[in-house]
Amino acid sequence: MDLAELNAIAAHERASRKPIRIACCTSLGCYASGAVELQQQLTAGVAATGRAENVEVVGVGCMGFCGHGPLVRIEPEDLLFEHVRPEQAPAIIAALDGGPCDVERGDPRHPFFARQLPIVRRNGGVIDPERIEAYIAAGGYATLYRVLHDVSPAEVIDQITRSGLRGRGGAGYPTGLKWATVAKSPGERKFVVCNGDEGDPGAFMDRSILESDPHLVLEGMAIAAYAVGAHEGYLYVRGEYPLAIQRLTRAISQARRHGLSGSQIFETAFDFKVEVRVGAGAFVCGEETALIASIEGRRGQPRPRPPYPAERGLWGCPTLINNVETFANIVPIIERGADWYASIGTARSKGTKVFALTGKIRNTGLIEVPMGITLREIIEDLGGGTPDGTPVKAVQTGGPSGGCIPASLFDTPVDYESLAAAGSIMGSGGMVVMDAGTNMVEIARFYMAFCMDESCGKCVPCRVGTVQMHHLLDKLVNGQATSEDLVQLEALCQIVREMSLCGLGQSAPNPVLSTLRYFRDEYAALLNAPSAAAPQPTD
Amino acid sequence: MAGALPRAAPAQEQDLAAPTVDNRQKILQATMRRHQYRPDALIEVLHKAQELYGYLSPTLLATVAHDLHLPPSRVYGVATFYHFFSLAPQGAHTCTVCLGTACYVKGAAALLAALEAETGLKAGSTSADGQLSLLTARCLGACGIAPAVVLDGLVIGHADAATLRARLHALLAQPPLAEEHHGSR
Amino acid sequence: MAARTLTIDGQLVSARAGETILEAARDAGIAIPTLCHLEGLSAVGACRLCLVEVVGSSRLLPACLTPVSEGMEVRTASERLQANRRALVELLFAERNHVCAVCVASGNCELQNLAVQVGMTHVRYAYLTPQCSVDISHPQFGIDHNRCVLCTRCVRACDEVEGVHTWDVAGRGVNARVITDLGLPWGEATSCTSCGKCLLACPTGAIFRRGTSVAELERDPRRIAVIVASRQERW
Repeated sequence: MDLAELNAIAAHERASRKPIRIACCTSLGCYASGAVELQQQLTAGVAATGRAENVEVVGVGCMGFCGHGPLVRIEPEDLLFEHVRPEQAPAIIAALDGGPCDVERGDPRHPFFARQLPIVRRNGGVIDPERIEAYIAAGGYATLYRVLHDVSPAEVIDQITRSGLRGRGGAGYPTGLKWATVAKSPGERKFVVCNGDEGDPGAFMDRSILESDPHLVLEGMAIAAYAVGAHEGYLYVRGEYPLAIQRLTRAISQARRHGLSGSQIFETAFDFKVEVRVGAGAFVCGEETALIASIEGRRGQPRPRPPYPAERGLWGCPTLINNVETFANIVPIIERGADWYASIGTARSKGTKVFALTGKIRNTGLIEVPMGITLREIIEDLGGGTPDGTPVKAVQTGGPSGGCIPASLFDTPVDYESLAAAGSIMGSGGMVVMDAGTNMVEIARFYMAFCMDESCGKCVPCRVGTVQMHHLLDKLVNGQATSEDLVQLEALCQIVREMSLCGLGQSAPNPVLSTLRYFRDEYAALLNAPSAAAPQPTD
Repeated sequence: MAGALPRAAPAQEQDLAAPTVDNRQKILQATMRRHQYRPDALIEVLHKAQELYGYLSPTLLATVAHDLHLPPSRVYGVATFYHFFSLAPQGAHTCTVCLGTACYVKGAAALLAALEAETGLKAGSTSADGQLSLLTARCLGACGIAPAVVLDGLVIGHADAATLRARLHALLAQPPLAEEHHGSR
Repeated sequence: MAARTLTIDGQLVSARAGETILEAARDAGIAIPTLCHLEGLSAVGACRLCLVEVVGSSRLLPACLTPVSEGMEVRTASERLQANRRALVELLFAERNHVCAVCVASGNCELQNLAVQVGMTHVRYAYLTPQCSVDISHPQFGIDHNRCVLCTRCVRACDEVEGVHTWDVAGRGVNARVITDLGLPWGEATSCTSCGKCLLACPTGAIFRRGTSVAELERDPRRIAVIVASRQERW
C-alpha cells in the first residue's frame, strides 16, 4: 500500500456514492431495537421502487440519539427519523419525493446535536463501520502515512504533549507524558495496549466508538506504537460488547489485507501487529495492572504501582496503556495540529469529552462536548431535563469510582479539576441523571454492592471493607442503622480509601462520601434512634 | 423489536464448520494451536471452550490445563475469577437482566423481582428442569434503551415486566431444546 | 553495594540500595506489622498492614515492596497508620470464623500476634460468619477455610519454592478461597508432593498437620527463608 493506492481507494469510494443516501444507525441501541431488519426493508424498498440507481441504503455507526432509536437519516436533505419500525420503510422511501410521511421526525438542529463538537465521533453516524473503504474515503490512514514518512517519533510525542490531551479513561494523566515515558524506557520489546474494558455501569462511549469507527482507534494505536517504539499491540474489549468485538476483528483483518497493519506498513520499516483480547466479565480489569494480568491469561488482579506499566508492563516490557477514546483523539490531533486541539476546552482540560447521558433524562444518548461546558448546559440544553419535566436532583459521574453532584452545583464546568473539587471525577464519561424519585442512600448501596462483587479479593481493605460498608448501607436503607453505624461507615470510607491496593478499592467509598456530603439529610432521615449496642466480643 | 447479537465469544478467524458434538474437540484444539498453546491464551481458550460446550466441566478444564502446560489450579483460579465463565451447565434458555446504573435508575431491580416471582428462580440460578437460567449483568452498555434485558441473545430495550412475562412464556412453551443447544448464550 | 541513608521514625538508618523499607526497618530493629509477607517468597503487597507514610508521597506505600532511597523519610507508626492497621486486623477477624480458643495454632498464630501487636481489644465490625469447609482428605494435612486470611503464602511457597503450583486462589472478593488443583479435595490433588511447605508458610491455623493437638503444634515459618537461602548457597 502506498499513498497513490490509498487515494485511489478513497476516490473510487467517493465516486461510487449515490446522490441520495439513507443512513441507518446499526450501533447497539438501534441494533437491539430492530435496525437490521429496518435496513433490509429499506434496501428492498429502494430496489422495489426502482430507485437503486440514485439511492443507497447504508448502515452507519452511532448517531448518538440512542433513546430515540432506531434512527434513520436521509442525506443530503438532512431528514432525521426516530423510533422507526421496519414496516415504516415504505413511508420513508416515499418521503424522498417530499411525500407525506407519518414516521416520527427528529430535528437535526436540536441542541442535542447542535451543541456538540464531534472530534472523535466525527464519523459516527456518517460512515459504514464495517468497510475500511468508507474510513479511507473520510481521510482515514492518510495521517498514519504522513506520520510514518514525514514526522519523527519525538515530534509525534511533542504534538500530543502540546495538545494538552489527558487520559480519557478517567484519571486524566497527561497522554504526552505517558508516551514520553514509554519511549524513554529501555527495552527491545514494547507494547501498546488499548483499554476497552469499559466497565462503569452507565457508560458506553467506548463501545460506541469501537462500533462506529474502529479504524480510528486502530490508526491512533499505530501512531502511538510508532511514537514509543512498539511493534505489538493489544485491544482489550469487554466480553459484554460482542458487536464491538466483531467490528474490531473485521477492521483488523481489513487493515491487514490492505497493508495498514502487520509488517512494513505503507512500505516503511515500521511493523505493528495488533490483536483483540476479549474480557470475561471483571470490572477490575479496567485497572491497568489487572488488565495486563488478564492479557497474560491470569486472574485479573492488580499489583502495586510503581513500577508503572510504562516501565514494566506486559511480560515485564515497557507498555503504553491508553483508553479507547484517548486513542481516538490521536488522528484528529496529528491531522489538525496541537494548537488547534489546545484551543478547545479549558486551561487544563483540553479538547472534547464524550459522555453517555442516561437515567431520568429526556434525551438519552451519546454526546461529545467541549471541555468546560457546564453540567447545566449538558443536562438542560442537550438533555432536555427529566422526561416528565420535574426537577433534576443530581447527576452521577464517574461510575462506582465517582460521585453524585447535586443540582445546586450544576454550573460546575466539566473539566478534570472542577469535577474532582465537587467530590466526583470525570471518569470515563458516564452521566446518570437522577430525579426526586431516586433515593441517594440506595444509590450509594447500589454502587457499594457493585464494588463488593467486583473486588478481586487480593487486598484486605477492599475485600472485607466493601462488604462491611455494604452491610452498613443495607442497615441504613432498611431503617435499622444507628448514628454509631453512620460514624463507622464514614470511618470505613477513610480506611478503605487510604489502605486499598488499587483504584477500585481506593475509590469505592466515593459514591458514599459524595452522597454524604450533599445528601446527608437523606441518611439522617433513615437513622434509627441511637442504641447502646454493646461492641461485639472478640475471641 | 429486537436484534440478535453476535456470539459473545471472541470472534477470531472463522472456525471450521458449525460445531457439532463430534468436532467440538477439534475446534478447541484448533483454537489452542492457533495460539501456539501459549499459556497466555488461557482466557481466549476458555471463551472458546465455553462457547462450544456451554460450560466448563472439570474434564474440559483438565484438558485445557494439560494442553497449555498450566497447573490445574491456575486454570481453575482463572475460570472462577471471571463472571463470564460458568462451571455448571446453564439452562436451555437464558434471561439476563442488566443491572447497570442506567437500568437500575429506570427500575431494573423491580423488573428482576418480577421475573424472580414469575419464574420462581433466584437471580443466578437455573430451573430444575434445566430449561431456564435467570441471570444478571453488570452493564451491557445498552444504557440508551434502559432498562435492557437479554433473552437468548436478543437484546430487548425499554423492557417492562408484562412484555417480558409474555415473551418468556412464549419461549418456554416451545418444545424443549436438545442437549447440544445447552448454554448457547 | 551502594548504601542509602534514610530516616525511619526519626531514626537514621543505613540500608543497601535495592533493599525495601521493610528490610531496612527490620535491620534497624523497627517492627512493621506484616501478614502476607514471608521472607523467601515474592512480595505481593496484599495485606496492606505494612503501609507506611513516606514524606513527599500523597499515598501510603507498602514497606514490603517500596525500595529505599537516599534521604527518604519514613513514618511507620503514626496515629493514622495505627488506627488503620487495627481496623484491618479487625476486618480480618470479622471476615471468617477465627475462634482462637479452639484453634490448633493458638499461641503460635501470626493473626493472633498481630491482634496483640496492633492493640486490638474488640471487633467493631459485623461478623460475616461465612459457611467455610474443612478439608481433611489429605492423609497428612488439612485445611480449615474458616481460619484462612487469603495471604496466599501457601500459593507462593508451593509455586516458588516447591515449584509445583498445587495451590491457587479461586473465586473473587470475599468469596475467594485457596484451592488445590481443579478445586477438588486436597487428597485428590495429584500434583501435591505432600512436601508440607504450605504448612510451613501458613500464618494461621488454616493449614495444619493432621493429628496434631494444640499443645503439640509447633511450626516455624522462618524455615522457608532457610530453604531458599541454602539453595542459593548450593546453586
